[in-house]
Parts: sequence; structure tokens; C-alpha cells
Amino acid sequence: MNVPADLRYAKTHEWIRIEGDTVIVGITDHAQAELTDIVYAEPPKVGAEVKAGATAAVVESVKAASDIYSPLSGTVTEVNAELSANPALLNTDPFGQGWIWKMKASSPAEAEALLSPEVYTAQIS
Amino acid sequence: MSDPDTLKHSPLEAAHIACGARMVEFGGWFMPVQYSGIIDEHKAVRSASGMFDISHMGEVTVSGSGALAWLESLLTNRVGKLALTRGQYSLMLDEGGGVIDDLILYRSGEQEYFLVINAACRDIDLAWMCGRLPADGSVVLNDLGDAYAAIALQGPDSERILRALAPGCDVPKRNGIAPLPGFEGAVPSLVARTGYTGEDGFELFVPVAKGVVLWSALLAAGVKPCGLGCRDTLRLEMGYPLNGSDLSRERTPLEAGLGKFVSLDDPEKPGFTGRAVLEAQRAAGLPARLIPLKLTVQGPPLRSHYPVLSEGVAVGETCSGALSPSLGEGIAMAYLPGALSTPGTALEIEVRGRRYAATVSTLPFYKKPEA
Repeated sequence: MNVPADLRYAKTHEWIRIEGDTVIVGITDHAQAELTDIVYAEPPKVGAEVKAGATAAVVESVKAASDIYSPLSGTVTEVNAELSANPALLNTDPFGQGWIWKMKASSPAEAEALLSPEVYTAQIS
Repeated sequence: MSDPDTLKHSPLEAAHIACGARMVEFGGWFMPVQYSGIIDEHKAVRSASGMFDISHMGEVTVSGSGALAWLESLLTNRVGKLALTRGQYSLMLDEGGGVIDDLILYRSGEQEYFLVINAACRDIDLAWMCGRLPADGSVVLNDLGDAYAAIALQGPDSERILRALAPGCDVPKRNGIAPLPGFEGAVPSLVARTGYTGEDGFELFVPVAKGVVLWSALLAAGVKPCGLGCRDTLRLEMGYPLNGSDLSRERTPLEAGLGKFVSLDDPEKPGFTGRAVLEAQRAAGLPARLIPLKLTVQGPPLRSHYPVLSEGVAVGETCSGALSPSLGEGIAMAYLPGALSTPGTALEIEVRGRRYAATVSTLPFYKKPEA
């Protein structure tokens, strides 16, 4: 399983990438493999306030709907519009083109509670 | 997931795991939900061939001089019209006309019938049937559920594969049953030309010790292993009901749109449990009907228990639902007032608080393209 070294991870299988004051959020390679064929993604709305650990998005495979939890608290600034036409990007490129939303974190220190790549790798192995 | 230790296990379980299956609980059994992926498996069955472990389903034989009359009293379809080696879909109802189980029965001998019942209903069905056996011994019931392994071979290539697998097999016509040569054992090996996918195909019943041999032979013939995931999308595209989802003790087969399997107008059909309720319901008008729905906009996959609205008012909820892999559209079934049953009627389906436009469709949702 791919676990990029430059990201931080939630126990619930989301990742964040910090670029300046923007945080990009997606689901991990492990999550997409567990979910299998993703056929639908419902990102949060731009402007929505999300809370760390609370449901912010939903992705669905043929078989099941799964909640995606926001790793941090803050305001959604952009969502990945490509996912509505091509939700399979979540399967094929979960750390790249399959990102789900961007946000401004209201409590950036929350990121310290997230998992390092090493700890997350241990969790899923 | 439930603890696998409390579940019942298929004789093919090791073969599934060797094929990369993802295993889940279904009807008290530990069964494969998918191998290569639901969409991939679904398309294999529509275009070539796939195989499903159906060992969790129950097999029961009913025989004796009283077998016919007794089955007539339990089941909705007229059993007496079955010629030797022929099968029919039928329903077993409670006194209130509610569905205990839907099943297929074959006339396997002059006075012998072979019944295939749902996995989750095996104990309930057997208790119901055994509790109604005549005291005079004229009907003998044998539960062979644990003696058989069963595999459904489905898809347009099925007949070619079966003929290569079992040379000399007198391949049955649709809804017929015949011996399956080459897999002899403790119970008779049988092949029935039935299925739950809308494709041509067969259900193969072999002694439990021959299950893995059959699975391996089909695998070697290039048949794709398929799990319960695509079994569900395939059957829903055809509008075939799933007991526990579309059928229940709370609904009659008339409400479920299964009237053609209920011999109410056949003068040769004797009385059966639940009949009076069905006749009264037919006279008074059905309180609800199981209606096929399709999303008319891009939306999430449909699932059970989503509210259905007409002009903003909730009128029911979805039973079965899916994103149809063949059509790429959301499809579902829902019990709704009969006034809303006309195809084209505009409705809405609510998913996580958002409403999506839908329309009353017709069955089957999926029609095979003309060859």
C-alpha cells in the first residue's frame, strides 16, 4: 500500500497535505482499496464549516456508502469538481487527482494529533 | 461484520479465498461479496459467463403419495401443472397472505419434488413445512441443505461451458432439471436451467464432497468467480425480488407484483394458505404496489430505506436499490400507492436530505440488446 511520506493521516483513513495556509484532504490508498469501485462522491459545499472528526463528505461504491471525516476543523475553500464526472479518480489516484476538498484550518495545531506515515502504515498493516 | 465463528460456512470457502474473495455475512452465512469487483463481475455475466456459490441456499425434497396435494396447500402456484423434470417459481405464504419465502420447485419424479429455498429462510421454512406435514406419513420431507454444494453458472456462454464440462448431459430447457453426469456421490447431482441474473444459465447441485471439483473445473473453463454484490445488481436490473428486502411477511405477492405466480383464477388450483386474504385484497384493491423507479438525474447509488416523495409529500421508501452497472443509472423498487404506478409518473427520491428527480419505470430495467 502506498503511504506518501510527506502527508499526515487520520485513523479513519483520510490524508492531509499542507500547502501554505491551505489544507488539501483526500482518502488513502488503503481506503480506496477497501471501498473498491467508487461510483459516487459527495464533497462538502464550498464555504461549509467542517469539524475535526465529523462527517464532511460521502463516497459510495456499488455496495456501500462511506462517510469521510474531516481531519481538521475549518472552512472549505474548494472542492474537486472532477469527481462528479469521474469518481473513479478516488481509486486510480487517491493522493493526486482524487483529492476531495481544500480548506482553511481554524486550529492548525489539530494537525499534530494526526498520524505520521510510519504510524499510519503500522495501523493498516 | 459479524463474528465469522458464529456463521455458517460454505464448502467452497477455501476456494473463494484462493480466488481473492472479499467475504461478508449474508443470511447467517460467511459468503463472498466480490472478487475482481462488482462492476467487472456484473459485466462478465452479461457478456460471457460467471459463477456464484449458492451453497447457502437450501435444498429440500418432498415425496410420497400425498406430496402433490400437500404442496398445493402450501404454495401459491399450481404444482399440478408441472410435467416431469419441469420447475416453477412459487411463494409460501402465512395465514395473513404475507410472504414467508419465495422458492423454485422442480418435479424431480412422479411423486417427488426438489425445492430450492432462500439461505436466510432455511430454518423458518423447514419449521413451517415440518409443522404442517400430514400425520399419516403420506408426505416425506428431506432437508438436504447440508448434503449439497451448489453453483450457479450464468451468462450467454453457459450452455457451451456446461456441455464441455458434462458431456452426455441431457441439457434441460429453461426451468427444467436433469441429472448432471460426472459428479456422482451421496445425493443425486442435478442441473437446472434457472438463475437470478436474467441471463441464460444453470444452477448445479452436487454432493458436498464434489463442490470444490466443480468450482475448479468451471474456473479452468474460464468462468469468472462472482460474488453476492453483482448477484444483487444483476437480479435488480431484471426486477427480480429479494426476500427480506422486497418481500416480507408484511406484503402479499399481489402487492409485490407477483400475481402471475399465484393461481387464483386457475379452477384446478386447490386452496392454499393465505388465499382468502389475497382474494379479499384483490376485491378491495391493493393498498400498495411494488413499483420500479429510476433516477432521471445524475445522483448517488440508490439503496434501501430512502424516502420517496410525490409532489413534496413522502409516499413510501425504497426497498432494493442500486446503481445499475449495465445502465449507469440509479434504480430502485418501492411500495407506493397504486395511483402512482403509471410509468412516467414523476417522483423524487431523497438521499441524505437532498432530493433527486425520479420516474416510475417498467420491468425489466435492463433489456438485452438484440443480437
